[in-house]
Amino acid sequence: MVMLGCAQAAVAQTDYGVGRPATPEEIKLWNIDVRPDGTGLPEGKGTVAHGKTVYATYCLACHGPNGQGGIRDRLAGGQGSLATDKPVKTIGSFWPYATTLFDYIHRAMPYTAPGYLSIDDTYAVEAYLLNLNGIVPDDATLDRASLLRIEMPNRNGFVPESEFVHIGNSR
Amino acid sequence: MKLYDRRGVDVAAGGGEPPPVEAVVPSPNFATRRKLLLGLAALPGASLWSSAWAESLADVPARSAGNLLAAHSERSEYVHLDRVLGAAPGKKGVEALDAFNSKTPQEKLVGIITPTDLHYERSHSGVPEIDPAKHRLLIHGMVKKPMVLTVADLMALPSVSRIHFIECTGNGWANWKKADDTLTVQGTHGLVSCNEWTGVPLKLLIDMAGVDRRSLWMLAEGGDGAGVDRSVPLTDEILEDAFIAYGQNGEPIRPAHGYPLRLIMPGFEGNLHIKWLRRLKFGDRPWMTRWETDRYTQLRPDGKATQFQLRMDTNSVITAPSGMMNIRPGYNRITGIAWSGHGKIAKVEVSTDDGRIWRTAQLNLPVLYKAQTRFQLDWHWDGKPTGIVSRATDEKGNVQPDRKSFIAQVGTNALFHYHAQQTWSIDSDGNVRNALS
Repeated sequence: MVMLGCAQAAVAQTDYGVGRPATPEEIKLWNIDVRPDGTGLPEGKGTVAHGKTVYATYCLACHGPNGQGGIRDRLAGGQGSLATDKPVKTIGSFWPYATTLFDYIHRAMPYTAPGYLSIDDTYAVEAYLLNLNGIVPDDATLDRASLLRIEMPNRNGFVPESEFVHIGNSR
Repeated sequence: MKLYDRRGVDVAAGGGEPPPVEAVVPSPNFATRRKLLLGLAALPGASLWSSAWAESLADVPARSAGNLLAAHSERSEYVHLDRVLGAAPGKKGVEALDAFNSKTPQEKLVGIITPTDLHYERSHSGVPEIDPAKHRLLIHGMVKKPMVLTVADLMALPSVSRIHFIECTGNGWANWKKADDTLTVQGTHGLVSCNEWTGVPLKLLIDMAGVDRRSLWMLAEGGDGAGVDRSVPLTDEILEDAFIAYGQNGEPIRPAHGYPLRLIMPGFEGNLHIKWLRRLKFGDRPWMTRWETDRYTQLRPDGKATQFQLRMDTNSVITAPSGMMNIRPGYNRITGIAWSGHGKIAKVEVSTDDGRIWRTAQLNLPVLYKAQTRFQLDWHWDGKPTGIVSRATDEKGNVQPDRKSFIAQVGTNALFHYHAQQTWSIDSDGNVRNALS
C-alpha cells in the first residue's frame, strides 16, 4: 500500500476529465498578442494620411488634437523629459517597441469599442501617431515589414530587474 | 438546552404572547440625559468624552425584539465603511467617470482580512459583467494539449485556499514628491488589501496542458475591454505559489475583483493578478505588452526605467492613530498593518519620536506568508509634538527603508513601488497629519 501511494504521488495527475481540446480555428480568434520579434503581427498596411482620418474619428475626442491636450493619455511629445522633475511619458518619449503600440491599439482601442479597428486602420493610425512623434515621415506607409524595422527613440530606456533577466525553474 | 425565538420567548414551552410594547421604551430620563450630553459635547474639551454618552447604565436603551431574520446581513446603520475613488497622485474629489482606483478605508478596519466589498480596486477598462456560463479559459502556446476550460471545469479540480495581500504598485504614490497633510491612511495606503482566495494551482493546469519545459514565460490576459495582459516569468516560486482563483473570502469573486476567474500571483504586483482571466499562453520570452513597458515600469533619476520590478516590497503603515485623527495625552494604542512580497513579516518596529528610538511591536497571530500582518504597541503620549512611524522587516531580512534613504536611491519619478516608512506627525493639540520624515 505504501509503495503504491509513493508511485501515485511520483506521477502528476493530469487527466481529470475536464476541459476540451482547443481547435486551431478558435485559438486564432483570441491569439491577438504581438511580440517585438513580429510574432503575431498580421499582414496589412496604412498611411499617415489615412491614419489622421482614423484618429480624428476614433481617438481625438479623448487624446486631443495632435495627440496632446486630451482628457486621457498624452500620445506625442515629451522627448528629452524623462530625467527631469516633470517627465512626460508618450509614445515618442517612452514606448520602447512599435509592436507594443500595434498590439495595444488593436486590442484595447478605441476605449468604448475595443477591437473595432481593422488591421489596416490600426496600421494607419499607428503610422499617424509615429509621425506625430517624428518617427516616420508625412508620406509614410506602415506595413508589417516597415513596422518591424522601426527603432523607437526610447528603445534602450529600460533596465530589467536582475531577478527576472534569466528565468529558470526545476520543471 | 432551551430554545428561544427572537423575542426571547421559550419556543419549547409553546411560545406565548410578545412582550408588552412598553417594554421597548427606553428609561424615562433617556431623552433628557442625551440632550444634556450632546450639549456638553459641543463645549471645548468635551469632545474627548462624546463617545461615552451613557453616564449610567440606566441610559442604555432597554433590550427589545429585533428585526426579522433575512437572507443577507447588512452592516449596522451605525457603521459607515466606504472606499474612496482615486485617480492620479494628488487628485481629490474624483468622480466615477475619472476614477481608476478605489481605496480601502484602512483606518476603520481591524485584523488582517479586508471585507470583500472594501478590497481595493484598480480596473483599467471598467468592470465587465461576465456570464460565467459563457466565460472560457484558453490555455495554448508552447503546450502539447491546447485546452478550453469552463468555470465549472476549474471548480471541479483540486483546489487551494490561501490568504494573501494584493497591492497596487501605485500604493503610497501620493508621497513621492510632497505630503498633502490632509490625507488619511486611506488616501496614502488604501491600495493594499488582504483576502482569502480559492482556486486551482497554476502548476496543475501546466501539467494538464503539457506545457513545454522550454517555456519560461506565460502571458495572462483578461476579458476586460482593455484585454489587460502581462508576461509572467515561470520561476519555481511562481510555479509553487500562483493559482487561478474563483473564490474570494468564501464566495465567488466579486465582479470588481475579476469574476469569474482571477490569476493570483502572491507577493507580486497587483496588476499581475489578471482579473476576468480568459487566456494563458505559454512562450519562451516576455511579450513586452503595454502594461509592462509604458505603464508599470519605474523611472529612475537618470531617465531610464526599471522593468519587470514585479515583486512588492517590504512595507508597513500605522493605521491608528493616522492622518486626520485626533488623540489625547495618555495611553494610546498604536496599530497598523505590515506586508511583504518576499514572504512572512518577521518584525515590525515603531518609533514615537520621529525615528530616533525604535520599539518592537507585538505581531497579532496569525502571521502568514505574503499576507497582511497586524501589529500593535502600547504608547503613552506626553502631549508634546512628535512623529510616529513604523518599519517592517520580513523573514528574508529585508527592512523597509526610511524615506530619505529610499528617495536617495530611487529618486522621485518612479511613480510606482513607493514603500518608504510612513510618518504621521502629531501637534500639541493631538492632530495627526500625513508628513514626510
